[in-house]
Amino acid sequence: MRTALFWIFSVMAVGSALGVVGSLRSPINSALSLVLSMLALAGLYVLLEAQFVGLIQVMVYAGAIVVLFLFVIMLLNLRGSGAGSAESRPIGKAAGAVVAVGAVLWLVRRLAASRAPWPEVDPTYGTTRAIGEALYTDYVLSVQVAGVLLLAGIIAAVVLAKKKID
Amino acid sequence: METSTVFVALFLFVLVLLVFSPIMTWVERKQSALMQNRIGANRAEVFGIKALGLIHPLADAIKMIMKEDMVPTGAHRFLHLVSPFIAVVPAIISFAVIPYGGTYQMWGANVSLCVADLDYGVLYVFAIGSIATYGSMLAGWAGNNNFGMLGSIRVSAQMISYEVALGITVVGLFMIFGTLRLTEIGVMQQETFRLFGFLEHLDLVSAGTAWLEWIRIPMWGIVLQPLPFFMFLTALMAENKRAPFDTPEGESEIVAGYFIEYSGMKFGLYMMGEWIEVVVISALLTAMFLGGWSLPWVSESGMISALTPSFGENMANLIAMVLAVHVFLIKVVALIWFQMLIRWSMPRFRYDQVMNLGWKILLPLSLANIVITAFGILIVQEVTR
Repeated sequence: MRTALFWIFSVMAVGSALGVVGSLRSPINSALSLVLSMLALAGLYVLLEAQFVGLIQVMVYAGAIVVLFLFVIMLLNLRGSGAGSAESRPIGKAAGAVVAVGAVLWLVRRLAASRAPWPEVDPTYGTTRAIGEALYTDYVLSVQVAGVLLLAGIIAAVVLAKKKID
Repeated sequence: METSTVFVALFLFVLVLLVFSPIMTWVERKQSALMQNRIGANRAEVFGIKALGLIHPLADAIKMIMKEDMVPTGAHRFLHLVSPFIAVVPAIISFAVIPYGGTYQMWGANVSLCVADLDYGVLYVFAIGSIATYGSMLAGWAGNNNFGMLGSIRVSAQMISYEVALGITVVGLFMIFGTLRLTEIGVMQQETFRLFGFLEHLDLVSAGTAWLEWIRIPMWGIVLQPLPFFMFLTALMAENKRAPFDTPEGESEIVAGYFIEYSGMKFGLYMMGEWIEVVVISALLTAMFLGGWSLPWVSESGMISALTPSFGENMANLIAMVLAVHVFLIKVVALIWFQMLIRWSMPRFRYDQVMNLGWKILLPLSLANIVITAFGILIVQEVTR
């Protein structure tokens, strides 16, 4: 069951990731492939007992960030047309494909060589409680720093948006 | 999970879904008629039986299925087809984590009235709900209609805005209960606390004073977090896009918004999705804020042990289970009624008002609530030590 799910999710993740770069003619299809890829990744996280990370992946990436991508695509009404220039360069495309396939093969070989047996994971490993405890005891400084960074980002966004309106 | 558990849970699941969503159309019509001093749905009849207008949901279903299924020219055919399903499926599967009752031992089986008792229960509902955004937003785009596009843009902006407030509003509740698991939250809400117990801890009255025991308050979420209950309800209603938050539909401005190009059962699926979400909202609020499946001041384990001598253990558990489901359903129905009341008494907010409410009122208030709750928890811990 787990193996079957793993293969379903991985094929879905890789396939839809290819769909993101592959669907040149429609930005909406690209964005939707991205959503599928992220959902598949979330499924893989859940299979790895990291349920919290998986759910946050769905909530934040699939449920919010890509919605904003789509929002912008719809707002600019990017229907079809664009990115025709890539099709007129077959040599460039072929070179890109060779480099990409080569990089993937090299990566797979390196990873396969260094692959250790999977460690046994405690069922409570990825629970909300475990993550909360780790974040707010061992890594509390990092959480605080990240919080300050995010706050700065929010304030910057508000200031930039305000300037446009005024 | 044993087979019997799955069976009972699925039975309830199907019952609630199949019964609630058609009945909701009737409830909505009757409620609006009552509030507008009309008689309401009473025309559809089968062999002269009108059954208070209860035939109408059946007539609706037949009409929707028989209607021509239009796909406009220039539409993205695939997205136009799947969008209604993306909208309705998340609403249905959100029910999976909502507990209708506790766990009962009957005739050797362990019956749990929760389809999936997940460690991250509430987060699952939020995550699934955020996927539902696509169903609405793609619908408007796929139909190749400018009004639909406007609806899509409004829907995505509104749902994203309220998702932020939605998650942060209930953080205070999780801080108090210390869990995201809805069944655990339900069990914790069966406990009570002494309203004037702090007098004892502050040494204002001597320890063990009898009258302190007289006034006990159930530890319901709404008692511990009264303001977040209403903020959570508001955010959920905005997520559901029903009046007064129906700017994405906005009949008077953008005709029907994102589902303008839908007809027949595809259109019906959007309506169904909305009504199922009304039930999900009520069930979620009940499980988190209104004590779930328990009666106030009644501990379920205490009740079972009180009933065991006269009925035997199996029957005592069965009685407790049936009672739990009914209590849960009554609370859910009350909240549905409350939502209908809001829906039919408020005019639609203007779009900027919706945005202001989400970002400038709900979000700051919910952030303030986290800080206040944290201080409250610290004070309680200090005092009761």
